[in-house]
Amino acid sequence: MVTTPSLVRLPRFSRTERTLHWVHASAFLVLLASGLCLYLPSLAELIGRRPLLKDIHVYTALAWLAALALVLLAGDRRRLLATAREIDTFDADDRAWLRGRRTPQGRLNAGQKLNAIVTAALAVLFAVTGFFLWYGERNHAFRLQNALIVHDWLMYISFFLLLGHLYLSLINPGTRHSLSAITRGWVREDWALRHHPKWVEQMRQGER
Amino acid sequence: MQAGDERRYGRGGFLLLVGGGLSSLVWAGPVSRLFSPLTSAASQLVGNLVPVGGWRIYTISGTMPLFDPLSWRLEIDGLVKRPRTLDYRQLKALPKAEQVSTFHCVTGWTVNNVHWRGVRFQSLFDLVQPLPAATAVRFISMERPYEDSLTLEQLRLPDAMLAYELGGKPLSRPHGAPARVVLPEMYGYKGVKWLTRMEFVARQPEGYWEQNGYDQNAWVGRSNGYHA
Repeated sequence: MVTTPSLVRLPRFSRTERTLHWVHASAFLVLLASGLCLYLPSLAELIGRRPLLKDIHVYTALAWLAALALVLLAGDRRRLLATAREIDTFDADDRAWLRGRRTPQGRLNAGQKLNAIVTAALAVLFAVTGFFLWYGERNHAFRLQNALIVHDWLMYISFFLLLGHLYLSLINPGTRHSLSAITRGWVREDWALRHHPKWVEQMRQGER
Repeated sequence: MQAGDERRYGRGGFLLLVGGGLSSLVWAGPVSRLFSPLTSAASQLVGNLVPVGGWRIYTISGTMPLFDPLSWRLEIDGLVKRPRTLDYRQLKALPKAEQVSTFHCVTGWTVNNVHWRGVRFQSLFDLVQPLPAATAVRFISMERPYEDSLTLEQLRLPDAMLAYELGGKPLSRPHGAPARVVLPEMYGYKGVKWLTRMEFVARQPEGYWEQNGYDQNAWVGRSNGYHA
């Protein structure tokens, strides 16, 4: 039997949510690339220009924080708060999903909620350790011997999270349609019914 | 789903992760040292290609100096009886010394069991014969304007050396080819890479990082804001 994809589009992520995602993602990629050039001897030799890369790394971090603040100030804060509450809340289906059961999921499945929580915590920790690395070089009273090691560990964790995130959003056939939500804001109803049936039900009842 | 079965786990998880991450600023060092025999060994095998911890390369200019064995010279002059200029072959013909020591960077990373080969500074002193007025050596890098200095007393420590091999191979370009200063008791910024000149001086001058607020005597664990 051949099934035709649904033509009904469901709005999944608002403009503010998408902007927040892409500000974070683009800054992270620049920070990762410049950080690896500062970190790996082979890249350090190939590319050189360490002082320039260090400036790119530091100023991108500052731009990232400023842009996040700007999105929070100028964006749809009510919607962001609702999303934060959604991420904060794990119901019985979410908890069962995390235990490996295929329970029906809301707009964000439990794994996506977990990813958002870990990503937010990593962002705070990157900012704190990065501050100590930058300012500790100027004022030795702020030098923390382990700040660089923790910054490295955060990079490893983030890197593997990013690989998983890219696999699910770009490669895995079952989930890659979700890319449409974070680029165009919407997903097809038939896809949403398979992956986020509780959300579709809520939409039909006019909750969101 | 039943009503009332919602749990606010998100904020708790977030705070737990941030708290755990901040606490690691205290315990990350000891844990890292616990695994460092493994990560240091791995970094010396594949550390140039994949980020496994260990070496990282710091430079102050746009490009790393390039070593040409035919044209490179090490000038040794200043307050000495017999100034000398050594080429690469002459440097390697001096009495050889080897050691395995730990490398500490002031930014917090460490590489264990680093195998160096080179010459002891005493061999160079014997060659040029410092004058009584000389108290320190100014080391000048091909990477301008990088320089630093060490006292003659520090250079006579048993594991101070001018190294030209690392891990059984000639020093690579990122590690300061063809020769670099090694003094394991001090942080790495004192170990001038891409060395091209040693000047014996009466008063120890401030080097590149000292002019940027770093300590002249960079003893590991008891300088630059660190306390043993």
